[in-house]
Amino acid sequence: MVSCAQVRYRYPGESFSLRLERFETAAGETVAIVGPSGCGKTTLLRLISGILTPQSGEITVSGRSIGRLSFAERQRFRIATIGLVFQEFELLDYLTVRQNVLLPYRISGTLAADDGAEARAAALLEQTGIAALADRLPGELSQGERQRTALCRALVTRPALILADEPTGSLDPENQARSVALLREQAGAAGAALIMVTHDPEVLDGFDRVVRLPDLLDRTPDAA
Amino acid sequence: MNLAGSFYLGLAYLRRQRAKTLLLTGALTVALLLPVAITVLVGEAETHLRSRAAGTPLLLGARGSALELVFNGLYFTKPEIATRPRQETDAAGRDGLATVIPVYARFSAQGHRIVGTTLDYFRLRGLDLREGRPFARLGDCVVGHAVAEAAGIRPGDAVVSSPEAVFDLAGVYPLKMRVTGVLSPTGTPDDRAIFADVKTTWIIEGLAHGHDDARQVDESQVLGQEPDGGNVKLNASVVEYNEVTESNLANFHFHGDPGAFPITAAIVVPRDEKSRTILLGRYQDADRLGVQLVEPGAVMDDLFDTVFQVQRLVVAALVLVGVAALAMALLVFLLSNRLRAREFSSLRQIGADPGTIRLLVAFEGVFVLSASAVAAALLAVVLKGAAPVLVRLLTG
Repeated sequence: MVSCAQVRYRYPGESFSLRLERFETAAGETVAIVGPSGCGKTTLLRLISGILTPQSGEITVSGRSIGRLSFAERQRFRIATIGLVFQEFELLDYLTVRQNVLLPYRISGTLAADDGAEARAAALLEQTGIAALADRLPGELSQGERQRTALCRALVTRPALILADEPTGSLDPENQARSVALLREQAGAAGAALIMVTHDPEVLDGFDRVVRLPDLLDRTPDAA
Repeated sequence: MNLAGSFYLGLAYLRRQRAKTLLLTGALTVALLLPVAITVLVGEAETHLRSRAAGTPLLLGARGSALELVFNGLYFTKPEIATRPRQETDAAGRDGLATVIPVYARFSAQGHRIVGTTLDYFRLRGLDLREGRPFARLGDCVVGHAVAEAAGIRPGDAVVSSPEAVFDLAGVYPLKMRVTGVLSPTGTPDDRAIFADVKTTWIIEGLAHGHDDARQVDESQVLGQEPDGGNVKLNASVVEYNEVTESNLANFHFHGDPGAFPITAAIVVPRDEKSRTILLGRYQDADRLGVQLVEPGAVMDDLFDTVFQVQRLVVAALVLVGVAALAMALLVFLLSNRLRAREFSSLRQIGADPGTIRLLVAFEGVFVLSASAVAAALLAVVLKGAAPVLVRLLTG
């Protein structure tokens, strides 16, 4: 499903660089990536999703080499193939819950082409227990409700891969485990692979695999 | 780039930011409308004032401001202008050079100007009676269409002139006038005037009055009599009539020479072009004569020369204000977009390409600008339709 090999990435003007030897996940697999703050977990997710492009190495998702796609192709590929759950959820505050969930379709202009999109959004809202809030704005929701909205948005396009960047970071402890369980459950129901980044060891139960990112990194001194 | 998605998001944003959108749209609408409004109103005022002036050949009145004379004689405003004895203005009609129509527009009733004149005025202006008949005797009046509509007046009703000074014992007392007719609408100041014979306005002024026969009053009310059966002098206890009726009409009389009684203006209708030229030449020396003869059209030309100069300045200033408003709106957009950096970043991360985001921002700007332009255009059309009424209200 995801394959990263010899990936090198350095943020322009910054000393931090990610040097990843190899990382792979299979279709439908749930993987938790852990590691201390600043080790590059978020950078890895951004590289896999194509938000960032590596200076060298290769990343393939569903058999497509991300680095060989043009910018526009990467954007289209991401909407069609990858569901993203951000730490801060990144909901648009002027759209209702239902509108936020359908946002990927609005961006790609494919809502009319997908007859089942609206029904799927409604079903996801129902499954995540926020159907009654469908016409509310994000500003009127609790953190847990926002997180579930972001999850529905990530799943609505039936992506093959879900990338979740510390989705429990802004939740209280009680909601953290519940939210991660929901994420795994929904990814499993959709048959999607799940890669979740976290620094919280309390939420790792139930993942097929837990990977410590520092173990995957090339520790030799950076020639650059 | 996804056009429909950008429009959808742009509309959703504008709908949620209703107050900001309305404020920006309102400000831009006003900025766009004001120069147009000024131009429309001045244009309408010009048409309105010029058409009235064009229908008035010459105007005679006391020397001084020609503009005030025109406003009094044509639009019945400026009631405070200097008066001249009627015989001075009638002199213009001697030798058969012209017909002279007196105008005494000084008093008012229920907020409407009472215009003392003759029936020649009705012929000059082509005024038709919607109801009733013209005034025929002292105390009669004919009301304009708007006066009748405003007060529900019909022939047979009465209007009472307004006293000039309520507590001034020597001042002008109210006169109850009988309405004999109502004019058809004309869209001119005649609609808002009350027309009476000029002698009736002299009664209002106190230059003529009526009371019980002096030979039949109580002796205690008689102060004396001029020699050889002349005027009997009565004291103030003799009550003057405040209404002219068929029974007291004969008791109304003038004290003094009616030729010396005042009028504020006289419309002079020359017999022909030659007479017009002669009259204009005759009245060239206004300082010596104490009266001036003006061509209302030329006076209006002078007025509008000045008005247009001011209008150009005002419009230029308003265009600058409009440009400033546009710059402010642009600034608001730029600052607003800076505050929305996170939102745009979210859209990019989900999969929006930069073109879609640029289109979203452009759509919002174009929408607000277009909405302002459409609102300004609609208001301009409404203003254009209402301009005649507005101008009449503004010019009196």
